[in-house]
Amino acid sequence: MSAETTQRRNVKDRISSVPRRGNSAVITLLAFFSALVVGALIIILATPSVMTAWKDFFISPGHALAASWAAVAKAYGSLFIGSIGNPADIAAAFRSGKASDFVSAFGPISETVVSTTPLMMAGLGIALAFRAGLFDIGGQGQVILGAAGATLAGFAFPSLPAALHLPLALLVGAAFGAAWGFIPGILKAKTGAHEVITSMMLNYVGLNLLTWLLTTELYQAPPRIQSVSKTIVEAARLPHLAGPSLRMNWSFILAVLFIFGVSWLLQRSTVGFRFRMLGLNREAARVAGVHIEGQYVLAMTLAGMLVGLAGAFMVLGVDYRMAPNYGGTTGFDGITVAILGRGTPVGVALSALLFGAFTAGGRTMQVNTNIPLQLVQVLQAVLVLFVAAPGVIRTIYRIKVSRAGRVFGGWAG
Amino acid sequence: MSAIVSPGAAMRLKRDPAEIRRHGLGIALLVLAGINLLLFARGTAGDVMTTFLLTAAPAPPVPAIRLHVLPTVLVLGVICALLGILQLAWRSNRRTYLLLGIGLALTGVAFLAWAGKGVSVDAEGLLATSLIEAVPLTLGALSGVLCERSGVINIAIEGQFLISAFFGAMIGSLTHNLWAGLLAGAVAGGMIGVILAIFAITYAADQIIVGVVLDAFALGLTSFFLQSLLVPQQATLNSPAVFSPIPIPLLDRIPVVGPLLFNQNIFVYLTIGILVAVQIGLFHTRWGLRVRAVGEHPRAADTVGINVPRLRYGNVILGGIVAGIGGASFTIGSTGQFAPNMTAGLGYIALAAMIFGRWRPLGALGAALLFGFCDALQFTLSVLSVPIPSPFLSMFPYLATILAVAGLVGRVVSPAADGQPYSRE
Repeated sequence: MSAETTQRRNVKDRISSVPRRGNSAVITLLAFFSALVVGALIIILATPSVMTAWKDFFISPGHALAASWAAVAKAYGSLFIGSIGNPADIAAAFRSGKASDFVSAFGPISETVVSTTPLMMAGLGIALAFRAGLFDIGGQGQVILGAAGATLAGFAFPSLPAALHLPLALLVGAAFGAAWGFIPGILKAKTGAHEVITSMMLNYVGLNLLTWLLTTELYQAPPRIQSVSKTIVEAARLPHLAGPSLRMNWSFILAVLFIFGVSWLLQRSTVGFRFRMLGLNREAARVAGVHIEGQYVLAMTLAGMLVGLAGAFMVLGVDYRMAPNYGGTTGFDGITVAILGRGTPVGVALSALLFGAFTAGGRTMQVNTNIPLQLVQVLQAVLVLFVAAPGVIRTIYRIKVSRAGRVFGGWAG
Repeated sequence: MSAIVSPGAAMRLKRDPAEIRRHGLGIALLVLAGINLLLFARGTAGDVMTTFLLTAAPAPPVPAIRLHVLPTVLVLGVICALLGILQLAWRSNRRTYLLLGIGLALTGVAFLAWAGKGVSVDAEGLLATSLIEAVPLTLGALSGVLCERSGVINIAIEGQFLISAFFGAMIGSLTHNLWAGLLAGAVAGGMIGVILAIFAITYAADQIIVGVVLDAFALGLTSFFLQSLLVPQQATLNSPAVFSPIPIPLLDRIPVVGPLLFNQNIFVYLTIGILVAVQIGLFHTRWGLRVRAVGEHPRAADTVGINVPRLRYGNVILGGIVAGIGGASFTIGSTGQFAPNMTAGLGYIALAAMIFGRWRPLGALGAALLFGFCDALQFTLSVLSVPIPSPFLSMFPYLATILAVAGLVGRVVSPAADGQPYSRE
């Protein structure tokens, strides 16, 4: 098919998929179910007692099935309790009214919120880039830079009042993240270098930059033996939402505000309109007079800023100092959040909540059942794999659903 | 899609791309000369000497080379400058990358002479480490070449590395047979290739997304089973032996080169073999012509009767197997045990090596050697006292790749149909 018809068809696909949103919900649900099934198989494989039961399958098949069911139910059960909490505990807390009961009953929800917040911000940034037809794969680097900026501002001005210090730390974090997003944007605009390659490489530049920063006099905590940064002062920290024993903090509220903000930006503002034009059809955007190179830079910078804020929120709200490899896989998880959320801010919020719950619950599951936390990572990957290829779900469940629009082309784009 | 999306590129290409590349390379060489002359030569006293050790068993000992630092740096810098001027003045565009390679190698020597001021540098050890580091990078990059030349982007190299390192260690340990481990690694890498192929070719899913997610999948899966199966049964499941070096009689006695190339384990020989096979296969056989045709213009290839999906399936799976062999080298080729996330982003460096090597097997080898050298240099530099923090050396491959794709060192161009699903209608 000629290039022109490809383009025309892509646009048609995308437009036709809009009124049939319900289909994407069906796909997502079926993908979620499939991921749970794959996860169940993995749990069975990894539980020695269940595997022994399967060895005697032909003698007592019922036992093998029952053991498998028990193992899977226990794992998923503690995943649920670890993410949302035990309903009985919550009810008991309301009955007794004691603060300590509330803390333990709402601990899981607080942990879910803590894990959700950075995923929301990282997913939001990457989703914004998606909507402009760009793939920001440099989340890891942007998280590190954002956190490094916030940390620097957080320890460098010990005498500032909180009313100034916290906004300053957030601003510096956002600026650092934005700078790390600006580089792939300007390189794409000026030289055509593909943002996937450049932003991916910048991840590792950022990672090594942090390793180096943590050895410098500026960053490293005295007596400069351990590789950790200085600690952020009290005035620059994000206050807790519900008392000092729960880690839940104001970054969650800020993240929700950003969800609304980006939603408005994409749906109601000129900037967002240009981004969406760019994402749907670059050529049409160019013909309509959009300076697309400028939009590349703007979209990547904004994306970098949002992802950078994810790092700033983590360090200002929870950790208060940085260690090597800070942020872990948050930047990459942001990609899966953005894909699962199909690039819309509300979708991102919901997917981040799901993955945040997974992460918080995974820790409880690890403690209660000895099933390693990494199961959650596998579940997320399988879920997103199916969401990214709705055709697979269609084949497995033999259903008819509309084609989802392609996010992205090849290196040449 | 490329025809539509890159009118910007088309506008830029109004200037002759070959000429831009020629100028870019010339300037790069001049920059290297500048580094030599300004950075290394300044502040170096006239009588400092650096000793290069070049002896390794089983080759007969070679006398160490002692060089005066200042003259060495000056001479090498001037050669770089001459090469740069030659490049700028030369009309022909051939051999440009060879010149860049020479310039980089000369700068490397000058750097070592400068860094090793007054002490001795184990040059043979450095080269040997570079070569070992380059083995998985080359295989990963070749995997990328195989996939992307046929038009499928493979970002899952990292995942293929991890999963094959895992299965190489586990099967090698369980069966007490390293060959079984190697086979298991290759098959595991191939399986990731199969998943990538099904999603990318049959279901036309976004290849970059599928690749990224497969990396996450492999990381999660290997860490999960490491925790739940391998750690509790460390002795039976995660203590494989490692392949020992196989000396090639007589050849391993050649001074300097012998121990480097002819006294290595099976992975080095396999890498050389696969490299030669891919290079010849891609550019001198009917299969290679078809692969390149499908990667550049699948519609035209289809018109003349090539089965595009089948060829892509074959290449993606073959690529997975090649990356799988590379991944197995992490465990049964060097350390033995599997550790969580042990490849630590090397799959992405392999991808970078493929891009830096301009989607060519030999280019990929050159890039992998360069990146391997950077990595090996960190160990050497931690012994010498050099005012360059090692994280900056670790950054080099990534920065070099950014410069390469930005066209500052000659523009790199991917196969035209890379990343685009093909459908017949």
